[in-house]
Amino acid sequence: MNTQSAEVNAHTISVLVDNEPGVLARVIGLFSGRGYNIESLTVAEVNLKENLSRITVVTSGTPMIIEQIKAQLTRLVPVHKVADLTVDGPHVERELALVKVKGKGEKRVEALRIADIFRAHALDSTNESFIFEIVGKTAKVDAFIDLMKPLGLIDVSRTGVVGIARGLGAL
Amino acid sequence: MALRTGKKTMSTQETPESGMTGAAIMLKALVDQGVTDIFGYPGGAVLPLYDELFNQNSIRHILVRQEGGAVHAAEGYARSTGKVGVVLVTSGPGATNAVTGLTDALMDSIPLICISGQVPTHLIGNDAFQECDTTGITRPCTKHNYLVKDVNDLARVMHEAFYVAQSGRPGPVLIDLPKDVAMAKGTYTAKQKVKPRHYNPQVKADPAKIEQAVDMIARAKRPIIYAGGGVINSGPQASKLLTEFTRLTGYPCTLTLMGLGAYPANDKQYLGMVGMHGTYESNMAMHHCDLMIAVGSRFDDRITGRLDAFSPGSKKIHIDIDPSSINKNVPVDLGVVGDVKSVLGDILKVYKARKVKPDQKALKGWWQQIDGWRKRDCLSYDKSSTKIIKPQYAIERLYELTKKKKKVLITTEVGQHQMWAAQHFHFNKPNRWMTSGGLGTMGYGLPAAVGAQIAHPDALVIDIAGEASIMMNIQEMSTIAQYRLPVKVFILNNQYMGMVRQWQELLHGGRYSESYMDSLPDFVKLAESFGGVGMRATTPGELDDLIKEMIAVDKSVIADVCVDQMENCFPMIPSGAAHNEMLLGPNDSAEQSVSEEGMVLV
Ligand SMILES: Cc1cc2nc3c(=O)[nH]c(=O)nc-3n(C[C@H](O)[C@H](O)[C@H](O)COP(=O)(O)OP(=O)(O)OC[C@H]3O[C@@H](n4cnc5c(N)ncnc54)[C@H](O)[C@@H]3O)c2cc1C
Ligand SMILES: Cc1ncc(C[n+]2csc(CCOP(=O)(O)OP(=O)(O)O)c2C)c(N)n1
Ligand SMILES: [Mg+2]
Repeated sequence: MNTQSAEVNAHTISVLVDNEPGVLARVIGLFSGRGYNIESLTVAEVNLKENLSRITVVTSGTPMIIEQIKAQLTRLVPVHKVADLTVDGPHVERELALVKVKGKGEKRVEALRIADIFRAHALDSTNESFIFEIVGKTAKVDAFIDLMKPLGLIDVSRTGVVGIARGLGAL
Repeated sequence: MALRTGKKTMSTQETPESGMTGAAIMLKALVDQGVTDIFGYPGGAVLPLYDELFNQNSIRHILVRQEGGAVHAAEGYARSTGKVGVVLVTSGPGATNAVTGLTDALMDSIPLICISGQVPTHLIGNDAFQECDTTGITRPCTKHNYLVKDVNDLARVMHEAFYVAQSGRPGPVLIDLPKDVAMAKGTYTAKQKVKPRHYNPQVKADPAKIEQAVDMIARAKRPIIYAGGGVINSGPQASKLLTEFTRLTGYPCTLTLMGLGAYPANDKQYLGMVGMHGTYESNMAMHHCDLMIAVGSRFDDRITGRLDAFSPGSKKIHIDIDPSSINKNVPVDLGVVGDVKSVLGDILKVYKARKVKPDQKALKGWWQQIDGWRKRDCLSYDKSSTKIIKPQYAIERLYELTKKKKKVLITTEVGQHQMWAAQHFHFNKPNRWMTSGGLGTMGYGLPAAVGAQIAHPDALVIDIAGEASIMMNIQEMSTIAQYRLPVKVFILNNQYMGMVRQWQELLHGGRYSESYMDSLPDFVKLAESFGGVGMRATTPGELDDLIKEMIAVDKSVIADVCVDQMENCFPMIPSGAAHNEMLLGPNDSAEQSVSEEGMVLV
């Protein structure tokens, strides 16, 4: 019998699919129907000519569950390719967040200072508010949002993770 | 049929290139795919299709009495022929009635095409009359589904749907067709001209894995072949190869419920069915083996019982066309992705080329151990009564009195009778046994028998039924009457939902909550009212005559066989128990082996 470690880890999975009606519902339905987690999910068309979209899902599970998720995804008819970025090799992951902070005086200055350290840009500002755009790994975005909380954070919108393998290979 | 007086329309006669209606395109695609029979029920949204059907003679439409029946009929048709079963239903209630059958086909890997009508495209999403979100509802219960919005896509979708339904692990595919698309004019694309989609399941296995498999097979000392429905899916040749492989190695072979017939039941290397109601020798051999060779079987919970106690000392090879079946429930040492026929063929080639000689001494010891288990005679039952018919005896006689017939096709409903049929009726060939395994759908057997009889007009088709299950799709007796199908319904009437009563007895202190079947119809009169023949036996002495007469009449028959009401189905591995904790008869108590965790299992 295989010695399967039962450790639960987060995995970032890329899925290349036909961009057709219902395809996202199929993927999401698979996760909910079989009781798998979705920690984040992004989707957009990436190849207009061949009408392909790329879905990035962050999920978690034991190695056996992750294998099952990959096999189940591959089985869907509109799915072309499935890659587990987390185990397949070096890759980069990024997330974008829009963060709205409301405040005056000291807090406002402090927010701007921190934004600068995190290389977040102000996309919009009023006398009493900023919208920052921050790009980075999930942990960096989390940290930025945490720091903004005491400074008047009122609204957040995040894209979820997108990822891609390093080097010459393509999905 | 006599009523087909309509003239052929232009669309089916003329050159098929353009100007055909969606309905005509659909019909033409069906004909091109070699479809000769479809099972359906009309309604507003599919009227254009029915109009098209009226005007042609290539395809026979079988009018069922409820859409659920159409899907099970198509399943029986598919399972008994290896072809794709085709269903046609209307929008809304027609489609929702088909859902159970689609789920059943998905669970049991049955290739089906279900065409459903839909409200016109401009009304979709409007809560229009008889609208439902058919693709949404059926997404999780089909292998794939389509909503066709452009008539020029229709031919491609149809051909692709047939491809998807049959390739890889087979399954049901639904095509939802809005009425305006069925009436719009468009272009037909021939089957050969449709570019196959990228969907391309692996049929031929990795040669390195074949070598590895043969290594493991050659080294085994206590092997068992555990084969299932995938062998049937792979076609009759796969059964032949399984038989050849088993004989060549001298290894014991067991089958799942879905696999019955994939290996000849009368062979001495056959251990009977595996699993919850399988034989003692099969389950003990599965538990104690050192090599398990799973061939097109999916380690269902009905087989494994308690997972952490499942065959603890064995290496496992799993041959399956669906990678998601491998390592799903039970981690295996070697997964071989491919079609059974191709993989077994390759294994046999390598095995022969290498002149493998199994360890005869070890094998002899293993067979001695197995023969010891066989001596428990686990399927025996009390034969002393001359007054009460034991259900097992009824099946035994049915088998004995029909086994010389050329082609006997058995369907079943769900319950104890289904298990007794699996245990006591023996199948030596594939595609002769149609049962609802994965979903366990009561009401499957009668419509499935309709489908099987339509496909095999000369066969003896028998639905082995329970009195509760038969009521679930009894309306199909009317279909049987209309098409003069000589289907035999052999009811093991125990006046209980026997399987439910058995679990209540084992696990719920014998409190028979709602499992008694009150107010049953008089099945003899019921048969007569549908133009068939009704019969009844209440004592063992009457049984043989009943069966002989049932076979002899050239009409549909309902045989009401009144059996022991309290008989339970053994052997049984209670849910959540291990293989070596099997109950062999009424004197074994389940309480010692059923844990609290086991109680929550089904
Ligand atoms: C009341 C009741 C009691 C039951 N008790 C038992 C019992 O005691 N014993 C028992 O065995 N079952 C029992 N069942 C049935 C059980 O629930 C499952 O349906 C059955 O065990 C599954 O059979 P299988 O493993 O052969 O898989 P199937 O459901 O037939 O699946 C076939 C497998 O083969 C693969 N496959 C398909 N085509 C191919 C191909 N061409 N090449 C390679 N692989 C392929 C598929 O991917 C799949 O993994 C019972 C059911 C009911 C309703
Ligand atoms: C549609 C459906 N509903 C409920 C069940 C649960 N169930 C399984 S077996 C059974 C009783 C079957 O009774 P009967 O047909 O008389 O067969 P018996 O067990 O008595 O042989 C029931 C209710 C089911 N399998 N299918
Ligand atoms: Mg009953």
